[in-house]
Amino acid sequence: MSVLGWLIGPFEAFSFMRIALVASFALALANGPIGTLLLMRRESLSGNVLSHAVMPGAALGFLYAGYSLAALSFGGLLTGLVVAGLAALKIRSKPQRQDVSLIAFYLVSLSFGILIVAARGSQADLMHVLFGTVLAVDVPALLLIASITSITLLVIAALYRPLAVESFDPSFLRAAGGGGGVFRAIFVTLVVLNLVASFQAFGTLLAIGPMLLPAAAARCWTQKVWPMIALATVIGMASALAGLLISYYANLPSGPAIVIGAGLIYGISLLAAGRTRLEPRILEEQR
Amino acid sequence: MANSPDGARWRRSFSEMVSLGGAAIAPLQRGLAVSLSALSDNAQAAFARHFDGGYDPGTLDGPGQRGDGAIGVRHLSVGYGERLALEGVTGDFASASMTAVVGPNGAGKSTLLKALAGIIRPMTGEVTCSALARHRLAYLPQQAELDRGFPITVAELVALGDWRNFGSVREPPSRVAADVHAAVATVGLEAFIDRQIAELSVGQLQRALFARLVLQDADVILLDEPFAALDESTTDQLLNLLQRWREKGQTIVAVLHDLDRVRLHFPSTLLLARSPIAWGETSLSLSTDNLARAHLALGLPEGGRFGRAA
Repeated sequence: MSVLGWLIGPFEAFSFMRIALVASFALALANGPIGTLLLMRRESLSGNVLSHAVMPGAALGFLYAGYSLAALSFGGLLTGLVVAGLAALKIRSKPQRQDVSLIAFYLVSLSFGILIVAARGSQADLMHVLFGTVLAVDVPALLLIASITSITLLVIAALYRPLAVESFDPSFLRAAGGGGGVFRAIFVTLVVLNLVASFQAFGTLLAIGPMLLPAAAARCWTQKVWPMIALATVIGMASALAGLLISYYANLPSGPAIVIGAGLIYGISLLAAGRTRLEPRILEEQR
Repeated sequence: MANSPDGARWRRSFSEMVSLGGAAIAPLQRGLAVSLSALSDNAQAAFARHFDGGYDPGTLDGPGQRGDGAIGVRHLSVGYGERLALEGVTGDFASASMTAVVGPNGAGKSTLLKALAGIIRPMTGEVTCSALARHRLAYLPQQAELDRGFPITVAELVALGDWRNFGSVREPPSRVAADVHAAVATVGLEAFIDRQIAELSVGQLQRALFARLVLQDADVILLDEPFAALDESTTDQLLNLLQRWREKGQTIVAVLHDLDRVRLHFPSTLLLARSPIAWGETSLSLSTDNLARAHLALGLPEGGRFGRAA
């Protein structure tokens, strides 16, 4: 079989592979800028927590309507935003250490979600909610993902400057006239939206992977923000393609294969850039 | 080949992929069309008004004109949870005055500055500052509150000082580049203008932040420990800059630790220990008596180190 046939064959033969590829490319388009901004804002941990905050809502949606895309997504969006709001309150009241309360949120949401799904669904449902099934994405789900990607790109294009400034020097915008808190809220909403979009494909445990890993890898190679975003998007797409092919030929679950692909690229980037002075900061960033 | 079943299959699946991609892109296109029409001048100004209160070229002060920089504080108390950081602060910073805020650790100096900048809300009492309402107030936090690893160059950082003229969405006016160069030259950072701030020393970053203050050209400038961890020559140069700003009529309030410097350069001093111990002419405020009272007010040993942590 030719290399081209090897690369394209699965997508040519099966429409679910095509949808999965388009869906993960659409996710990569939004995850590039969102992941990069998340890293630059040093909020990778709260991104991780938010990805689990989507879980109880999605589980409630599942309880209410079975495996329905609308119910899962709406429920996930709802609890994601509620937990984001609660976390913001927590951060404001105790400025010193937020990671403990964030981890508390994360553990409680995750357990709560698992209990709900286990109460009504099967083991397979639980696996589905936890790890997603990118191969089961259908056209309505694809449209949801694409719409969220579109909204994300438009909002980031419009608000890129204040989002960046606010993450560098939070007090500057407030004094200079822009509402600092507004931009934080908008950004967190975008993160939750994208986690909901990724939920179908990657599940609550892996949704943060395609968001953070390509951005983290891109950060090893460049210091400038726009190249970082572009590179993160390309890495996201490459790992999606590689992951889908590996899962097809080796008969492995596709979500974890994509995340491992991104993880490999991150590891290689870290080693390749390890000679530069960038390394200590990246380690610091990852806590 | 074109007629082989293989080729037809290829074309069919390819066109299906394209249409899937098209379905994915359609909302994006619609959104772009909406947002482009939304970027008409009027809508852009409305956006700017909404998100960037400071952006309003119609009402900018002309060159040389300086707005009122007075700040009035009435019965101001600020608390974090149970603990009161500031209690019953009442007094005035006159327009075009230059005031040092000094006091032992935990005296509420940074908290006062944040309250003046409108960053934290008072528990009781109020701060009246027309410069804040007009967005002509600049606040420089302690460097620890900045993300020094953030990928931004010195030129970009300094250009932000002109935020009121471009805000979130507008292209910065072309004269900003020249202003940035001039400001960077003023603080002696010409050689570093295209460097990332992560590559700068603490002193160089502070110079860059002062250059941003030059572009901001605010009526009120609030500085939280602007000379902490700086070498002598940097401190002297930045102090000179402060003097020039004061001569231009800008109101300056700075949290400082070095009492000798305060006596030398700051006409007025607010001695703070959760509430004002003394507020007025520097030589009177910083009397031995007052300094002792400031320590007593916070329950600290009388001879303890003043200000900075040991």
